[in-house]
Amino acid sequence: MTAPVAITLTVNGERLTRLAEPRETLADFLRRDLGLTGTHLGCEMGVCGACLVMLDGTPVHSCLSFAVQADGSAVETIEGLTESAAVTDLQQAFHERNALQCGFCTPGMLVTAQGLLARKASPSREEIRDALSGNYCRCTGYEAIVDAIETVARRRAASREELPA
Amino acid sequence: MKAQAFSYVRPATIAQALDAFAGADGAATYIAGGQSLVPAMALRLQAPELLIDIAHLAELRGIALDEDGGLRLGALTRHAEAHDDPLIAAHAPLLALAAPFVAHPAIRNRGTLGGSVALADPASEFPAMMLALGATIEVAGPEGTRRIAAEDFFQDLYQTTMEPGELLVAFHIPAARPGDRCVFDELARRRGDYALVGCGVKLAMPAGTVDEARIAFLAVGPIPTRARNAEDALAGTRLDAEGIRAAQAALGADLDPQDDDQVPGAMRLHLARVLLGRLLGRLASAP
Repeated sequence: MTAPVAITLTVNGERLTRLAEPRETLADFLRRDLGLTGTHLGCEMGVCGACLVMLDGTPVHSCLSFAVQADGSAVETIEGLTESAAVTDLQQAFHERNALQCGFCTPGMLVTAQGLLARKASPSREEIRDALSGNYCRCTGYEAIVDAIETVARRRAASREELPA
Repeated sequence: MKAQAFSYVRPATIAQALDAFAGADGAATYIAGGQSLVPAMALRLQAPELLIDIAHLAELRGIALDEDGGLRLGALTRHAEAHDDPLIAAHAPLLALAAPFVAHPAIRNRGTLGGSVALADPASEFPAMMLALGATIEVAGPEGTRRIAAEDFFQDLYQTTMEPGELLVAFHIPAARPGDRCVFDELARRRGDYALVGCGVKLAMPAGTVDEARIAFLAVGPIPTRARNAEDALAGTRLDAEGIRAAQAALGADLDPQDDDQVPGAMRLHLARVLLGRLLGRLASAP
């Protein structure tokens, strides 16, 4: 019974069925079985935030979920968010503001930022910091990351205002 | 590290979940959000042979008022919902106030109230808030369902009155009354860290004097703890400086934190007094 079981889920818009061992985390499933290595694994215990993905639209740790639990769910990884251009402005702002150095934490940072801005269009710097409290970055000191997210929040707000009624 | 190999089932009903547990000879564990269980399995602190995934049981869902006006919270209510839901804000505001202190946002998107309370970590926020709210906990087992007062639920470190195989179904919380005032805060070395001490207060103050006080602490001992002496000291006062000082003084008879590798017990008691004073002061100066 610990043998692989068939699971069906939607990953980055594509519905697929694969065999997964129950003990395999969603993170390992995405990386090893699907080759989606943009999801990074740091601590494997829900502390560092490098493995965040969107599960049914909200950011979760893919290391704190077994792939079998995601049977029937929709997952979006950094690859999907990039391809759909959902986070292009965030990526651009991170680049402009030098909000990454080694880049290991960046996929998780972007998922957190995207989740935050979906919930709250104009977060304060304090709220941005709070949202990032579960994402470790050992390079930047966070200031530039907060700047980048704040910039995107402003830009998105401005572009919404420019839209014709 | 990776979890040890296990089997996985996803029952469709509570009855199927209980059957799956009964058939596993004690080697099964229920999983809902898994935000404490999965890391424990990754660290090999737990190695169940069978995981029973209860996250899809409709019977464990829902946030609604029941016939007597109280709030029924399904066990699968997520921490993030506790923070955002309007019915919870109205009738169990302590849960909403405590939610931002629980772990980090992505954990709160997945962790459940039922899981947190069933785990009974004494440093967790929600178990203590169930005490402060006077919640009753509905549990399903092979013999049917039963209800346990939060007061009687927590027995010892990670120990509750739930029997192996029983399943936490829902919380029943008395309806809020006009004049109720609630406040929560905690002291920690860094944001998001486990609290050195945390406290939730619910006061019934319909006419300027404290009719009833409920004060619950977390991280002060093996179980979440109600401060009954401090509650008694507050009752009947107008929440003035004298009443607050009396409540702080009474805490010495309520809490007996032991020395540990973080802080001495005496310091934790001092911090509890400081925190209680701040919380009551905040309630006193609130409009």
